[in-house]
This record gives sequence, C-alpha cells and structure tokens, in this order.
Amino acid sequence: MKPASFDYVSASSIDQAVSVLSELGDEAKVIAGGQSLVAMMNFRLARPATLVDINRVPGLDVIDVGADSVAVGALVRHRRLELGGEVPGPLGDLLAEAGHHVGHLPIRTRGTFCGSIAHADPASEWCVLAALLDARMEATSTRGTRLIPAEEFFVTVFTTALEPDEILTAVHLPLLSENHHVGFAEFSRRAGDFAIVMAMTAIEVADGRITDARVALGGVAAQPTRSSAAEAVLVGRAPGAETFADAASAAAENVTPHGDVHGPAEYRVDLVRAMVRRSLTRALGEG
Amino acid sequence: MLVGSAVPRTEDPPLIRGRGSFVADRATGAWAVRFVRSPVASGVIRSIEFPDGALVFTAADLEGLGDIRPMLHRGDYAPVAQPLLARDRVRFAGEPLAAVVARTAYEAEDLAEQVYVDIDVEDCVVDVVSAMADGAPKVHETDLGTNIAVDARVATPGVAEAFTSAAHVVEVQVGSDRQSAFPLETRGGLAEFDPRTGRVRLTTSTQAAHVVRTAICDVLGIPERDLQVIAPDVGGGFGQKYCLAREDAVVTWLARRLERRVAWIEDRLENFTSAFHSREHQYTLRAAFSADGIMQALDADIICNVGAYSCYPVTCAVEPLMAMAEMPGPYAVREYAARARAVLTNLCPIAPYRGVSRPVITLALERLMDTAARQLGVDPVELRLRNLIDDFPHTSPTGLVYDEASYREALRSAVEAVDLPSLRQRQAELRERGRFIGVGFSTFSERTGYGTSAFAARMMDVTLGYEDVELAMDPSGNVELRIGASPHGQGLATALGQIVADRLGIELAAVRVNHGDTDRDPFGWGSFASRGMVIAGGAASLAADMLAEQVSRVAAEMLEAVPEDIVLADGAATVAGTTVSVLISEVARTASHRRDLAGGVQGLAVRTTYDPAGTFSNACHVAVVEVDPDTGAVTIERFVVVEDAGLLVNPMIVDGQIHGGVCQGIANALYESLQYDDDGNLVTASLLDYLPPTIAELPHVEIHHLVTISDATLTGAKGVGEGGTIGAPAAVLNAISDALSPWGVDVNQMPATPSRIRSLIRGRHPERNNTR
Amino acid sequence: MSSQERPVTLEVNGDPVRVFVEARKTLADTLREDCGLTGTHLGCEQGVCGACTVLIDGDPVRSCLMFAVQAEGSEIRTIEGLESADGTLHPLQQSFWDHHGLQCGFCTPGFLMLAAGVLEKDPNADEETLREALSSNLCRCTGYQNILKSVLAAAEKLRS
Ligand SMILES: Cc1cc2nc3c(=O)[nH]c(=O)nc-3n(C[C@H](O)[C@H](O)[C@H](O)COP(=O)(O)OP(=O)(O)OC[C@H]3O[C@@H](n4cnc5c(N)ncnc54)[C@H](O)[C@@H]3O)c2cc1C
Ligand code: FES
Ligand code: FES
Repeated sequence: MKPASFDYVSASSIDQAVSVLSELGDEAKVIAGGQSLVAMMNFRLARPATLVDINRVPGLDVIDVGADSVAVGALVRHRRLELGGEVPGPLGDLLAEAGHHVGHLPIRTRGTFCGSIAHADPASEWCVLAALLDARMEATSTRGTRLIPAEEFFVTVFTTALEPDEILTAVHLPLLSENHHVGFAEFSRRAGDFAIVMAMTAIEVADGRITDARVALGGVAAQPTRSSAAEAVLVGRAPGAETFADAASAAAENVTPHGDVHGPAEYRVDLVRAMVRRSLTRALGEG
Repeated sequence: MLVGSAVPRTEDPPLIRGRGSFVADRATGAWAVRFVRSPVASGVIRSIEFPDGALVFTAADLEGLGDIRPMLHRGDYAPVAQPLLARDRVRFAGEPLAAVVARTAYEAEDLAEQVYVDIDVEDCVVDVVSAMADGAPKVHETDLGTNIAVDARVATPGVAEAFTSAAHVVEVQVGSDRQSAFPLETRGGLAEFDPRTGRVRLTTSTQAAHVVRTAICDVLGIPERDLQVIAPDVGGGFGQKYCLAREDAVVTWLARRLERRVAWIEDRLENFTSAFHSREHQYTLRAAFSADGIMQALDADIICNVGAYSCYPVTCAVEPLMAMAEMPGPYAVREYAARARAVLTNLCPIAPYRGVSRPVITLALERLMDTAARQLGVDPVELRLRNLIDDFPHTSPTGLVYDEASYREALRSAVEAVDLPSLRQRQAELRERGRFIGVGFSTFSERTGYGTSAFAARMMDVTLGYEDVELAMDPSGNVELRIGASPHGQGLATALGQIVADRLGIELAAVRVNHGDTDRDPFGWGSFASRGMVIAGGAASLAADMLAEQVSRVAAEMLEAVPEDIVLADGAATVAGTTVSVLISEVARTASHRRDLAGGVQGLAVRTTYDPAGTFSNACHVAVVEVDPDTGAVTIERFVVVEDAGLLVNPMIVDGQIHGGVCQGIANALYESLQYDDDGNLVTASLLDYLPPTIAELPHVEIHHLVTISDATLTGAKGVGEGGTIGAPAAVLNAISDALSPWGVDVNQMPATPSRIRSLIRGRHPERNNTR
Repeated sequence: MSSQERPVTLEVNGDPVRVFVEARKTLADTLREDCGLTGTHLGCEQGVCGACTVLIDGDPVRSCLMFAVQAEGSEIRTIEGLESADGTLHPLQQSFWDHHGLQCGFCTPGFLMLAAGVLEKDPNADEETLREALSSNLCRCTGYQNILKSVLAAAEKLRS
C-alpha cells in the first residue's frame, strides 16, 4: 500500500495551479486535504502523474458571508465548519451539525469542504448538503470561472462535472432565514464512518403550515439526491408526527438503492424511512 | 507481596516512549520483499512473466523444498499440503504466487505490478454447502476424496434413548461469520543472513518463535541451529500470528539465497486477504430435556469452513474437534453425540483466534438455554442453575475433567449485580413506550493451561503442552527468567516477575524476563490458549523455589546457619528470628566469585518444566442492550462480567485482559464479518467495510471477581486470556433476542448486524415499517 | 512521473531536519525511515486506525495520508518528542503506564499524540469530548476502557 510515483507541484497561486492543470489535463490531480485522495493513492486506485497541491495557495481558506449566500473556499477544513461561529442562522447550525459527523477529528482537521464535494461520494455529508440547498460550485480554469448547479455537478459516484483542468475554488450556499428549520440524521455502523444512509432537511414554516420543504438523501443512489416525493408530501401540511411519517414513506417508496456489504437494498429503504423521519423530527420537534 | 497487587507493567516504559521495537521498526533499510498474490480463487497457473533480471522468485525457484503439511494422526483427517508459493494452481484469492525483492517497499510494489500472471480460472467453492455437494470442484486431491478435511463423531450409548423419552426437544442453529483477529500490527518478517556463520536470523511478528523455527527448518531442510527466530515486540496476535506464515519461510529462504537482509512487512490489504481468518462455524444443537428442565442429552452437528489449507502446527481440524470435545461446556449433561466436520473451500485459510471454537460453542449453548427456557416456560436463569455443573471434579461425556469452579455462584452474582428484577420492570415500562431493551446471560467455562496430556489426545504430529523455563541469578543479584512462552501484550513478563521476585525476596526491578529468542530461551510453545500464567507461571514458580533454595544454601554457609532457617525477603537473606543477614547481592557474588565459600552450590541457575493437565476458569457475562427496531441498531447499555480465574497475580492485568477480550467478543457479536462474493473475492478487504469497533461502540465493562483456588494449578491462577471473547457474543445475542421477544425474533448468527436484525423483523412483520 | 528525490526541511520535535525523499513518500514513512523515528506506526495506511497520528503545527493528523513534501516547513511532533528533554514522562505517558492504558503498545503512540493534541487545544475537554476524540483511533487489545481512564486522569493532572 505505497503510492505510485508522481510529480509534485506546490502551487503558490490559483493561476499557477490552473495553468499546470491546463497543461497536463487528466494526468494531473488537485490535492487539498488528501483525506480521500491519499488513501486511494496508497491502494493505487488513484495514480495521478502529477499532484497539484493547493494547500499553500493564499486566499482559499475563506468563508465569505454575503447578504444571502455564503462562499466556502477551497481550503476551508471540515473542522472549521464544525466549530461554527462564522456562518449565521440555520445554515451555520446545519454545517456544524453535519460537519461533526464527517469522519474523525484528525480527518476533519485536514479534509476540506470543497474536497469532499469534488470527491463526490454520494454518502458524504457535504455532498448531501450541496444537493439540499442547490449549492453552486465555482469552477476555475485558465478559461475563466463558471458556476455549476448541484443538480448538474454530481454526475455519478466519484465523478463530477468539473473538467480535468478546473479547480473548485469555492462552493456557494444560500443562507437560510430564521423561518427555516434544519434537520440532519444519518446512520453509520461505527463512529466516524461514512453513513449508510443520510437524510437532511430544511423546512420553512409559516402560520403552522409547511411553506417550503427540502429533503435530501445520501447513500441511496450514485449521487446525493433530493426526494421530491417527500417534499411534495410536506408542503402545505402542518408539521407533526403523521406528516413526517407520510413524508418518510414517500421518500422510502421512491428510492431504488443498491445493496452492498452493509446490507441489501431493502435495508437502505428501511433506513431512508427512519432517517427522513428523524431528520424532520429533529428539525421541527414532534410538531 | 507483589503477587496479588496491581503493579504497573515492566513492559511499558519503552512502549510509551515510542521506543518499542516491532519488526517493521527493525527492518528499516532492509531490502523489501513483496508478494504477488493470486487475483482469483481457483485456477491453473499457466505462466508467470516478469522483467528480465528483476529479483522475482516463484515456485520454480523453490524446487526441492518441502511443503507445509501439518499432520493429525487420525483416520478421519485428510492431510493437505501447502507449498511456500503457489505451484501449478492457486486455491484462494490472495495466495502468494511470487516474491519480488527491491530496495524499498515502494519500488517492490512497482516491481510487483510488472509481474504478469496467466491463470486459467476454474470454478471455486466458497461455502460449505456447495463444497460438500456431489460433484463439487475439489480444493485438493485428498485421501478422503472430498472437500472434507476432517469428519469426526462421538456418541455416548444412551443418546437415542434419551431423545426418545424426552419431555421436550429443543433445537437451535447458530453460527458465526468469518472474522479477522485483526492485530493492529500486521504480520512481517525480517531475515538477516550472517555471512560469517551462514546462519539466518528471522525477526518475525509471531506468538511462538520456536514453533516457527521448527516449521521453517523442516520445509527448508536445514538444521535448527542455522536459524535463529526472534519475536520482537509484537503488536497483537490473538491467534493470527500463532500458526506458520508461509511468507516467513520464503523470506528466510530469500535471505539465504540472496545473502542479504530482506524484510516483508505485510500491508493491511494483504492482512485481510491472506493472513489467517477465523471462525466461520455453523452448528445445529438439539437437546433433550426432562419435564423438570434437566438436560438429558445433547446432540451437536458442527461444520467449519476452514478455507484452502491446513494451518501449521494445529491443523484445520482443531476448531471442529475442539467444538466436539468441549461442547457440553459448563452443563452437566450425561448423554452426548456430535459430528464435527472441517470443510475445505477456496477461501483464505482459517487458524484459531482468541477462544478458538469456544465463542461459538458458548453462543450455541446459551442460545439453546434461552430457547429452551421459553419453550419449557422456565425462567432462563433458573434453567441454567438446574443444569450447571456443581460436583467437582466433574468428568464430561468426552472425558474432560473439570476442576473446581463456581458456575452457579457466578450466575447468581451476575443476576444480583444487574439487579434483574428491576431491569425486568424497566423493560416492561419501556416496551409500553415503544422502546426495546433486553438482558442476556452467558455462563461458560474456559479451558485453560492444558499441557501435553491434553494435546496428545488431539493426535497432532507436534504435541504442544509443557513450558520449560531457565532462571539464573547474576553476580549482582539480578535474575533473568528465560521462558518459551512468547507474550505480546498480555503483561506476562510483569506477572512472572511478580512471582519470581516474591519467592526470591527481591524487587520486581531485579527480575528480567526474556522471551521470544530461540538462541537464548528454552524451547517452548509460545503464547496461546490462555496458558501463559498457568503453565509458564507454574514453571517460573518452581524455578524460583529451586533458585531460592540454592541462594539459601549459599547464604547459610555465609551466615553459619542451616539453609532451612534462611528467609529471603527485602533483598536480604536473614536467619529466621534473628537480625543476622546478608544482602542477596552479596550471596550472588559469593556464589559466582567465591565458589570456595559457596557451600558446595555450583552456581545460581536452574532449569525446570511444568506440564499440567489443565484447569477451567469460569465466568458469567451479562449484557443489557437496547435495540432500535427501525434501524436494527444495537446499543449496549451495560456489560457485567463475573469472572473466576482463581488467584489474580496482577488484578490490573487480569482486568485488562477481560476488557480487551469482551471488546473482541462484542466485535464478533455485532460488527465484524469477512465476506466473499460468489467468485471467492473478499469484498470486505478494507477498514471501510470490515469494522473493528472504536471506543464509541463499546460499553464500560464492569468486572466482579470470584476466586476459586483449585489444586489443578501450581500458583492458584487459572487462565484468563480468552474468556472475554468467549462469553461476550452469547450475552449480546441473548440480550438482543430478549429485547426483540415482542417481535418474535431470535438472533442466532454473528455478527447481529443492523441489517440482519432489520431483515428478521421485516420477515416477521412485513406490515410494520416503523414503530416510531 | 518522477522518482526523483527532493529536499524537504521539517522541524521534528523541535529540531530542524533536512531529508531527501521522493514526492510519493508519506510523512509516516519519512519519519520512520529517514528520521529514524519508528515510534510512529502504520496499521492501515488508509486513514482509519490512527496508529500513525502525529501533531502537525499542533493538530493531530494521520501521517499516512500526507506526503512528506507537503509538510515542508511544518512543525511536527511525534511520540519520541512527547517526554521532556530530561526524560521525564509526559503526564499522558505516565498515566497510560499507571492505568494500564496499553497492552501490546502498537496503537499507543497514536493515542498519546491524539490525546496530547486534543488536550493542548482544549485542556478542559470533558469526558464526552475526549471519548469522542478517542473514537478516531483503533486499539485491538485494551477495549479502550483503560485508555479513556488514562486520558481522563492525565487531563485532570494537566489542569492542576
Ligand atoms: C477514516 C476516514 C473517514 C471519513 N469519513 C467521512 C465521512 O464520514 N463523511 C465524509 O464526507 N467524508 C469522510 N471522509 C473523507 C474526508 O471527508 C475527505 O476529507 C474528503 O472526502 C475529501 O476532502 P479532501 O480535502 O481531503 O480532498 P482530497 O483527498 O485532497 O481530494 C479528493 C478528491 O477531490 C479532488 N479535489 C480536492 N479538492 C479539489 C478542488 N478544490 N478542486 C478540484 N478538485 C479537488 C482531488 O483531486 C481528489 O480527486 C473520511 C475519510 C477518512 C480517511
Ligand atoms: S496507518 Fe494511518 S490511519 Fe492507519
Ligand atoms: S494496545 Fe495493542 S492495539 Fe492498542
């Protein structure tokens, strides 16, 4: 379990990083926290010819809070979001709560938010969060910068819409108003493991009725997904145990996950039901 | 008195300072060996190609060397041979095909990628049912002509009659998935050729240095004096490092061939695919009970999937045969029949792991007890009390003699410790609110410290059993105890030091225990089977008494007294009842440097041996769990152990053994499973899929001790190394089944994963999706 | 691709160290082989077991998931640097010894560095926080009970 040889470039600016990438194309790979990439390189499942290290690029470790959105830069580590205090409102709460569930402390110390999103594991907390909030991914290359919506970004397991010469320089998330209630529930076998199934919800309530509902699921498909079935059930109804149970059932009936060593497909369906219900209950209490 | 007190371990200082010396630590700078392993489970090797001039070695290079062929002298055993590198065909995915040698581990891995292996893939067998079916592909051509490596039976005369006349017949089927012992340090061997002497020094992460030496010398055809085997600091073994690693033999051969210093440090992926696996047992147990709940007869069908080869020296038959021999466990049943089979498959070979078959034996018996209790309408604790052995010595239907123990008392204490009545009340209240807790008991015996007589009954080529020790005092009054046991974390050096120091009246710091070096230590069988304290401890106590006698004789001469009056304590030899004394260090100096004044004592050195028949520790474990019926998740709320391991030489170390053992038992019960696909590929070969628990998954283990001193051991100590692992799974699965009793769900297969629990619930209650 | 060795300057346990390593060499292997600090162990090389935990600029990090070249200029602390210069054990080391926090000792350096990093950042960490932090690493021998006990006792001592 020793990695294959590679060339190493420690970029000192984004310009330098993207120009190396544009020169080398898919021979090169960006390394951020390395918490997924190096493990894969140790198994020789990834063998980039060149590693472009962005850890010393100034200006990427910023959380930029705007009027109605926040941009999380490419070197913002999981731990910083978990500790919180920078992103206001329900979004900050959700980042802290979900961030706490990303791997273990040493992993969170080094791994990055953007790295997770670029890695595109469908059971990653941040990928599910990006799907939940229709995040926009800021991709930068020598050709300029573009914003990719979450819906288009996650192509399949470990595959995104990023071109080989693009760097994910930031992820833009909408801030959530105080009317929003956020909930998070995941099921994993051990502390720190990737979830088998995860549900994240953001619900807006006005006058005792749900006016906007977002429900996102991880671990049930090749990408993090929204459950439009559950969302449809929720909107217009009063929050409460029965509503949540119906939404959970709708979510469960509309997923077609694959089985793996942690259980057959039906098991994931069971977990979807349980996690959606729990995340809603956590968001809104019993009613 | 040091014995009985929780003195801090003498092993620890280097380990906490980062100055431990594990094989990989000693191997820096050596040429790296890497094994190219079979990517398929079964097939014929057509060719192996590699770059010209590269240091790549295959079976062709090893021609003339022997195979590893552990033997059991019984007609129902079919011996199988394991070549050092696969020759002609491969029998499991992960089997070594070639060894490459390069300057660094990185370069060795680069080179291994350039070795092209052409294999004609053939059908494989991965499970016991297909392996035993007619026309199944054969893993080996054996004398028995099937995939069955051992097929043994026992029966007492009255079994059939007992079943016919039984008031109740109860049946359970239980099993354990494959598991990895998962020592945190993987395996590895460093072989160093000494051009001056032609000898090789093999430093290997093993539990039994002498056994490795014999095995390797046999296959390489060299005399034992040409090989020194050293077990350095060993990062856990638990059985995986007891049996011979064929890779160690290859590394030794490479050092001789290349006249170099070469090292193989296994990586975690190899450790999963190729280091011995464990368990994978399926048992069917039937019991005949009288109307008043006394077990009259027991019938066991035992099937073990042992993988592709037989492990040296204990053979692949050890697990089914142990299950057959020890199945009645702590229960006093008279009539007993069993059939035990070891089935060869195209999977990684199995070797005993902490507890060997006993975790599954205990699971089977304890699930049987709970199932019977329900069927008979008797309280499960009461049913156990009616059947536990209480007359000592007790002879089991297979002829094992149980020395005095505290089976019933342990169970009663456990019931009290958890306050069973209030637990039951809480259980009822929580159920009302849709929460499901359960309590599970596991009462068991742990056969420990058995010597040659017990092993001779197994009819292995190699009869393990005794322990030799040497003890010598140097002229400064320090002693060195050299042992054949090979501890690796159990704290044996400290505990033996306590025994020796007490008997010689010296400080613990004056005792050094040397182990794991075949040049220096007497022949011994290493560390396994909870034997270190009982056997090496017994031998050490004998040796210490012998040495004390020599010291006393010299001291008597110096003090003009008689040896019988000399008391050794606090570093001095004193004439009893007086203040006349001499320092032991002076006695030691006199014995070496002034032989003329030593009263005829010819040096302060002794050698002795101890070889007991064995003893039974016992314990009762109780688990209190909560099961989440929506997800199938199990949380262990409380875990209580009432342990009787006789005299506790060092209670802190004993408790540590129990903590660790219970943790591995819970891992077996809930988390760990090695799974293969139908083509014989391991699909759980990383720590993302194979799940040793972290602190977050484990309960605080609460320990209570009972102390039965039996005359079966010299020191009064019984073995305790495996008990935690043996008892915990049954307690956990009983507790889960108890929690889920309103759902009518019984959990009999380990690990009881959330997904398995959910399927059982779903199977019973398809309409109930959620409770909350 | 390049197997060329390049110079890397690190500060290890307070001492400046210059090594020549291939870019692909992990920090763990570099510490073990090029710095002679074999107290940092490798148990999985995939980031799960934590046996390789060292402190980088004060934070506990998996040294198997980082290349030495990436650590250029960083301050690294390993188990060998945990005791004081005069050889006095760090309270965590002493506590692991006193409370039987180790058996085979293979995981021990990783747990000690993890705990040291956590307690330096948060001396008042409560039992729950420490338990959770300790869930980052694997131990196969102890069942963790005495590891937790050792860390709690050391935390107490460090505070007083
Ligand atoms: C033991 C363990 C447990 C874990 N548990 C979890 C968990 O529970 N949940 C979870 O979500 N994750 C978990 N992870 C993964 C962890 O969160 C990683 O940090 C994350 O997946 C990747 O982030 P990184 O910064 O480390 O990226 P890297 O490993 O450096 O890179 C990952 C991939 O993304 C690419 N990449 C990284 N940054 C960029 C960028 N800015 N632009 C373009 N491409 C980029 C890389 O080229 C690479 O392909 C775990 C990891 C380990 C080792
Ligand atoms: S070796 Fe680094 S985490 Fe296991
Ligand atoms: S003490 Fe052996 S792995 Fe922790």
